[in-house]
Amino acid sequence: MDYNLMREFADSWGLVAMALFFVGAIAFALRPGSRKMADEAAQIPLEDGRS
Amino acid sequence: MKFGTEIVLLSLFAFAAFVAAGFGVDEPFRQHMLVLLIALLGFTAVLLRNTSFAPAVAVDPSAYMDGPIRYGAIATMFWGIVGMTVGVVIALQLAYPDLNIQPWFNFGRLRPLHTSGVIFAFGGNALLCTSLYVVQRTCRARLFGGNLGWFVFWGYQLFIVMAATGYLLGITESREYAEPEWYVDIWLTIVWVAYLILFLGTILKRKEPHIYVANWFYLSFIVTIAMLHVINNLSMPASFLGSKSYSAFSGVQDALTQWWYGHNAVGFFLTAGFLGMMYYFVPKQANRPVYSYRLSIIHFWALIFLYIWAGPHHLHYTALPDWAQTLGMAFSIMLWMPSWGGMINGLMTLSGAWDKLRTDPIIRMMVMAIAFYGMSTFEGPMMSIKTVNSLSHYTDWTIGHVHSGALGWVGMISFGAIYYMVPKLWNRERLYSLRLVTWHFWLATLGIVVYAAVMWVSGIMQGLMWREYDEQGFLVYSFAETVAAMHPYYVMRAIGGAMYLSGALIMAWNITMTILGYQREEDPMPGSVPAFQPKRSGARNWA
Repeated sequence: MDYNLMREFADSWGLVAMALFFVGAIAFALRPGSRKMADEAAQIPLEDGRS
Repeated sequence: MKFGTEIVLLSLFAFAAFVAAGFGVDEPFRQHMLVLLIALLGFTAVLLRNTSFAPAVAVDPSAYMDGPIRYGAIATMFWGIVGMTVGVVIALQLAYPDLNIQPWFNFGRLRPLHTSGVIFAFGGNALLCTSLYVVQRTCRARLFGGNLGWFVFWGYQLFIVMAATGYLLGITESREYAEPEWYVDIWLTIVWVAYLILFLGTILKRKEPHIYVANWFYLSFIVTIAMLHVINNLSMPASFLGSKSYSAFSGVQDALTQWWYGHNAVGFFLTAGFLGMMYYFVPKQANRPVYSYRLSIIHFWALIFLYIWAGPHHLHYTALPDWAQTLGMAFSIMLWMPSWGGMINGLMTLSGAWDKLRTDPIIRMMVMAIAFYGMSTFEGPMMSIKTVNSLSHYTDWTIGHVHSGALGWVGMISFGAIYYMVPKLWNRERLYSLRLVTWHFWLATLGIVVYAAVMWVSGIMQGLMWREYDEQGFLVYSFAETVAAMHPYYVMRAIGGAMYLSGALIMAWNITMTILGYQREEDPMPGSVPAFQPKRSGARNWA
């Protein structure tokens, strides 16, 4: 496994995989119906009765 | 027997340090091992005095483990004062070179003491104690692993002591923000893996189904720093009883590895970790949920994906290939989006509660921190543009930029978090004094403004003087002439730093009195109590 092989992988399949993961993560955060779950999660620090 | 294993292990390590102090191949290493011996013997003595043969008291598994956090809050304050004091000293050394005291206290040795002192000792302890505070409270679970929390705390303090004394003895790898030599690096790796196990273990045993976003930021900080630290410090010791090692990389690869580490120390230590702080303590202090939780998720992923590529912008116009420089620049500019998304998310958390800015100096401090986060993450990408960088690089502008981020963002958000945590950790009704927080706020804010503004002027002047040619193509100024021209700015910079330090000293007093249980008698903050409205003459009484 030399530099050129790694370089070729990094700017082809590696790049595609990371870009897809990133787009997927954003799409998952914004998926329909996520608002309710997000609003509940945002309350986590405030619901701690023990301070 | 309480602490039995710990005492035996510490004694063995102390003996090993004693042997290394005798057989070390170079003088600084022998001295450093004596420092280690004294530190380990001190630890052993303290444990021996606190040991007991009574059966162990069962701990309540549902109670939070706050001991290491209390110690961490005090350590944050202590190292903060040390690191900032050294900062003022080296600022004065630059203005008045006679203050260089050879050999231990010259600028070359004190400068890494300042940078590591404020980043890893002050910032690191702030991250350590707040992360353990936040992870327990948002997971509703006690820290994982029994006394592991104590090991991480004391192990990290030992790392700080060894790093700091090593610098003063002249032991250095000469890698920016990673100066400690190989044996101190190995120790930090052990402590850091324990920290990861401690944090991850607590998340795994959580009772809250969702992992709150602050923990994502803290976890990314811990994981990434582990990766960066190990790879950047890959090196071969010249002797296993000596203080010198050689990097596994050479030439431009070494430089890029160094700045891949260096910039991500900024990105994941000084940004991601402290964003975790922001996403917990700002909602708590404002008593409102974060403005948009979904934006915080996007903030997280965008920051993680972009930051890791920005390092090459530290190597513009060097032997680094052009494509790599441009890549670093492009990713730095893209960082504008997540940074400002995060800043807006933090600031808008206060929407509907902006009056708290007037009545609550802790909120004011946090808002100033977020404002400086926005300003320095605007300035940074701008400075990474190659044409701007050709003027700004190697000048004091960079120093000013770093300090608006470090003093403004990292310092202020940590102060806010400590002010919030301390009364809760020691079960005090409130802080000793809110008015002293206001004093701290203004001293710190004005100190940063003086510091950053002076460094802009000085840095741009320096850059312009370096590049000025006369009509025959000769450089107009010698290097020493630029240094002489900067003297007044160096003096003003030391004044700005001293203002910031004096604010921190006021905080240390305030925190100490709070811990001791005192409350200062003082008028409430203006606006926090509704004032009586005199009845307007002639107004009709509807009641």
